Amino acid sequence: MLSYVLKRLAQLVVVAFIISVLVFLLVHLLPGDPTSIILGGNDTAANRQILLHQLGLNTPIYHQYWIWLIHALHGNLGQSYLTRETVGHVIASGFPIDVELIIISQVVAFAVAIPVALITARRPNRPLDNIATTGTFGLLALPPFLIAPILVAIFAVGLHWFPATGYVPFSQNPATNLHDMILPGLALTAGSIAVYYRLLRSDLIMTLQEDFITMARSKGLSDRRIMMRQAFRPSTFSLLAVAGVNIGALLAGTFIVEYLFAMPGLGYSIVQAVQQRDYLIVQGIALVVAIAYVVLQFIIDFLFTVVDPRVTRE
Amino acid sequence: MADERKLHSPGVSSSLGIFPGQTPPLVVAAALADPPADDDILAKRPLGALFWFALVWVAVVASMAIIANWLPLPNPNHQNYTAINASPGIHHILGTDDLGRDLLSRIIFGARVSLVVGFASVAIGMLIGGTLGLISGFKGGRLDVALNAGSFVILAFPAIVAVIAIVAFWGQTLAKITIIIGVGTVPIMFRVVRASSLAFANRDFVIAARTLGATGTRIVFREILPNVMPAAVSFGLITVAGVIVLEGSLAFLGLSVALPTPSWGNLIAEGTANGNLSINPYILMWPALAMFLLLLSINLIGDRLRQRFDVREGLL
Repeated sequence: MLSYVLKRLAQLVVVAFIISVLVFLLVHLLPGDPTSIILGGNDTAANRQILLHQLGLNTPIYHQYWIWLIHALHGNLGQSYLTRETVGHVIASGFPIDVELIIISQVVAFAVAIPVALITARRPNRPLDNIATTGTFGLLALPPFLIAPILVAIFAVGLHWFPATGYVPFSQNPATNLHDMILPGLALTAGSIAVYYRLLRSDLIMTLQEDFITMARSKGLSDRRIMMRQAFRPSTFSLLAVAGVNIGALLAGTFIVEYLFAMPGLGYSIVQAVQQRDYLIVQGIALVVAIAYVVLQFIIDFLFTVVDPRVTRE
Repeated sequence: MADERKLHSPGVSSSLGIFPGQTPPLVVAAALADPPADDDILAKRPLGALFWFALVWVAVVASMAIIANWLPLPNPNHQNYTAINASPGIHHILGTDDLGRDLLSRIIFGARVSLVVGFASVAIGMLIGGTLGLISGFKGGRLDVALNAGSFVILAFPAIVAVIAIVAFWGQTLAKITIIIGVGTVPIMFRVVRASSLAFANRDFVIAARTLGATGTRIVFREILPNVMPAAVSFGLITVAGVIVLEGSLAFLGLSVALPTPSWGNLIAEGTANGNLSINPYILMWPALAMFLLLLSINLIGDRLRQRFDVREGLL
């Protein structure tokens, strides 16, 4: 167990390092720098040189990376060139928003996908199964930028059930916060429902052909009991694996929803920072997302061992 | 049994790639795959009416987009201030937007962006990634190890940051966006074609061809390529749908083809801006419907082709 955790930690460090180097190279090698935005009307060559010197952007790129790395190892990720807000603060205020959006969308996705799969997998290719399976294609054709405006049009503008935009931190007012988060959370959920349902369904169909299910049937167990107690757990392998990938993709990808609902999450902050050449913000957020991704894989691996104890941690 | 079903071994990093916030194509493809089951449980289904509807829809959208210049349509960017926010009617079949521009015309011209970016960038990815994947899977050895590791590193990198940065600074033209996204799909295509090529590299007919003295090039293109094609094409179509979503997301943020060129993504964004949702919901409704039907059709066609060719190997 200990060696497993150590191995994972080493992996975390390597991934974080590679991602930070790649992101650093990417944002620095592209043309343009943040000076023109900061200087605005005073954008003369002389002013620009002074500013580049002040920001430490006139040294060789490896030197800049080295400075950033030393500070990052001391827990200082720098601050925005434009707003002077520290990167740590941007992350601390934005990350909870992404996490909350992902939790809402995934809870809804599992709550819909699992029961539907348990019902339809018992009789594949019957009408109910065909309807649900065709429905998944509809869900896959509803990406966030398509479904989010439709949800706003119906539930915010039409029915006034939810606000169209706005964000109140959870610590300020939990009830308002959750209420405001429902629409953006739902906007992210359609694709996940479709994928989880299809995977669980096809794994359940496979499991139901196995001998131990025949055994359970011959013992006279009810269908319901067989599905819940015998078939479900061994059928969750692909579901878990893909949930890991899918949540990872959502981690950096909530920006459409955050943009539309005017929420200061990490996804939108990084898009904005890339455009404004706010290097340290981009760098900091990319690092946090990469680390969160590795930690997520760690959790998924752990869940594998819970679902099937035969998978040992080596 | 359980081990066969594991889609990825624990710890293998995967496909953030260029598809954040949407379900990545590799995941969609894995989810759509049928369970290996007895034929009497999952009999091979005919292509079905839905497949033909989907094919007709894609064909209609594509041909309208191609002949748009010769159709009796108003200029998509012509602002007719005497017909602002017109409802659907005789003069404007789908109505007009808040600047008096004809919505049908904007949707038909906008289809060009989605279709060109969707199909051309996947073609680029297929050509480069697919060729590398074919060779890598067939040859093996150090080349395969290097390319494989490289594709994992690229896929683990949140490439959307790169896409946005490069689009913003290189230019927002149709050709450039197609190339940028096309390069982004290379590692995905590589992985799929490589997995498939690997599966065929040691089959009897390949060994037979080699024994007969066929060259490596001939084996790759005459023996392996035809067998890899079905999987590559059906997965390619699912990736086309993914790329159309990606372009739509970028356009929604104003990061795709520059305004005022219409694209479905920026039409949807326009439908949500300036209170248009309450004033004139048609601006949102028509492009959203068109996009929904196009994605639905492409995914359906890809899936039915996969079923027909019985493509089953794990993709992740």
